[in-house]
Amino acid sequence: MGESAVPLASGPSDPSGSTGEALLSVRGLTKHFGTNVAVDDVSFDIARGGSLAIVGESGSGKTTIAKMVVGLLAPTSGTITTCGHDRSTPARGAAERRRRGAEVQIVFQDPYSSLDPRQSGASAIDEVLALHRGGSSADRALRVAELGDLVGLDDRQLRALPKALSGGQRQRVAIARALAAEPQLLILDESVAALDVSIQAQVLNLLADVRADTGVSYLLISHDLAVVRQITDDVIVMHRGVVVERGATRDVLDHPQAAYTRLLRASVPTPGWRPRRRSEWTDAPDLSDVSDVSAG
Amino acid sequence: MSLVELPTTAVPPARRRLAGRGLPLLRGTGLVGHLCAIVLLGALLVAVFGAAIAPHDPDLTNLSFAFVGRFQDHYLGFDSQGRDLLSRLLAGARTSILGPLVVVLLSMLFGTVLAIATAWKGGRFDTIVSAALDVLFAFPAIVLAIIASVVIEPGLKAASLALSVAYTPYIARVLRSAALRERSRDYIAALEVQGLRAWVICVRHLGRNMLPIIVAQGTILFGYAMVDLAAISFLGLGVQPPQADWGVMVATGQSGVLQGYPMESLCAGLCIVVVVIAVNLLGERLSDRSTLVTR
Repeated sequence: MGESAVPLASGPSDPSGSTGEALLSVRGLTKHFGTNVAVDDVSFDIARGGSLAIVGESGSGKTTIAKMVVGLLAPTSGTITTCGHDRSTPARGAAERRRRGAEVQIVFQDPYSSLDPRQSGASAIDEVLALHRGGSSADRALRVAELGDLVGLDDRQLRALPKALSGGQRQRVAIARALAAEPQLLILDESVAALDVSIQAQVLNLLADVRADTGVSYLLISHDLAVVRQITDDVIVMHRGVVVERGATRDVLDHPQAAYTRLLRASVPTPGWRPRRRSEWTDAPDLSDVSDVSAG
Repeated sequence: MSLVELPTTAVPPARRRLAGRGLPLLRGTGLVGHLCAIVLLGALLVAVFGAAIAPHDPDLTNLSFAFVGRFQDHYLGFDSQGRDLLSRLLAGARTSILGPLVVVLLSMLFGTVLAIATAWKGGRFDTIVSAALDVLFAFPAIVLAIIASVVIEPGLKAASLALSVAYTPYIARVLRSAALRERSRDYIAALEVQGLRAWVICVRHLGRNMLPIIVAQGTILFGYAMVDLAAISFLGLGVQPPQADWGVMVATGQSGVLQGYPMESLCAGLCIVVVVIAVNLLGERLSDRSTLVTR
């Protein structure tokens, strides 16, 4: 294991200094897939209105954390608490599932599979509204238009099937659908990674606006440091299932303490950047066995 | 997405227009698909109204007319017992077509429910149900039908029930893999995160997105069911004579074939072949189309 070569900036049970009431509180979260440890004793908090990024390479366990927080995967051990409610065990009953849905929502990476191919955006959003707030269909139609407005989709785009929409437009539908539940926390699991750069910028601006408008918190899962810098206040850096560094986004990215964070930062292409072979690395820690099989 | 769209852009415009034209239900099945649909619609009409439009009483025997060929308004002549052949073909369409229809509806219902339930639940439930279906695989449909005819009574009911059970594992297996593929897509996960009930997701989203492949599989199954039911009737375990049925007619026509009068077996066999070919051609086209659904 290369963990000894990767010094921890702060202990795993010492979450970053959060102010105010914690919206999401994760303690000692661990997930094993067979003998493979995908996530190992991870703890962090997100304050109401805060935004946290989890960065790390593929296989570092960041998506596994997202899936456990939304309840698509059951943790091996550890607790996940949102708004004071535990959600580390499967939901019992429809009412609890609905309540959990109204607390945390997720926007997935791939806008091509995250929408029902036979359902228009408006109908997908309406379905969520009917589940969470009810009301007459006229009320809901009004709210669908509002949400469309919020994410920048016009009526025609909302009524189109996903196959008639571009990747960026689909991702807007997915964001609107997630926001329809009026969640406190929105998990963005590589949500802009599949979009090209200009659309990525649009969607990032949109996410920043949405946060300003609604006060929703973000948990951003990303490998893209530029995206992380743009929309999050705090960051934790993960490597092979373990938190190797945590702190305010700007501090961590500008003055990385952990060797792994420095490596991540050095891997970002910049003008004059030239790819090097691993054998040429002089400053890198021993990461030769980095290609893990755990879900990224 | 692009995998699917690339081939259509390579097709010359004229063909593409043809492929995109047609009734909404049959769009993309081409000219052959539409012709098959017309044949099947005709067969279905005959199945429903055949007995009513039959020119003569299909069960009226007159032994002095046995094996007599075309005569006056008896366009296909008579069978071994002097019954009007055309009337028997028209009257026999009902059991010959509605029987397989019942088999298809029942086994598609069982198969779809099992496929979606196993794909959704996974784990031990999936293992147990899949193992049980594997055991059922070991019984050929005809053997099961023979057992059912002994246990219940020889007739269309027992035969249809046995075939429905025998076909269920095939359908369940094909649809389970389709359900698993659909289940792993993010939109299903998104609906789960929203807090929708599992059965609502299964019916409203998973099942609805599997509909093209369900229809295609059902259509192909109809052909098999028709041939198997005819075979069971031929063996004397399905529809009981003297009731008219294409399978029964192929069987009773045997004596005529030996004596040089093959019309009864030939006509009944031809009816079966035409319907089965039409169903299979249409089913194949529907199936091709369902795998090409644009995401």
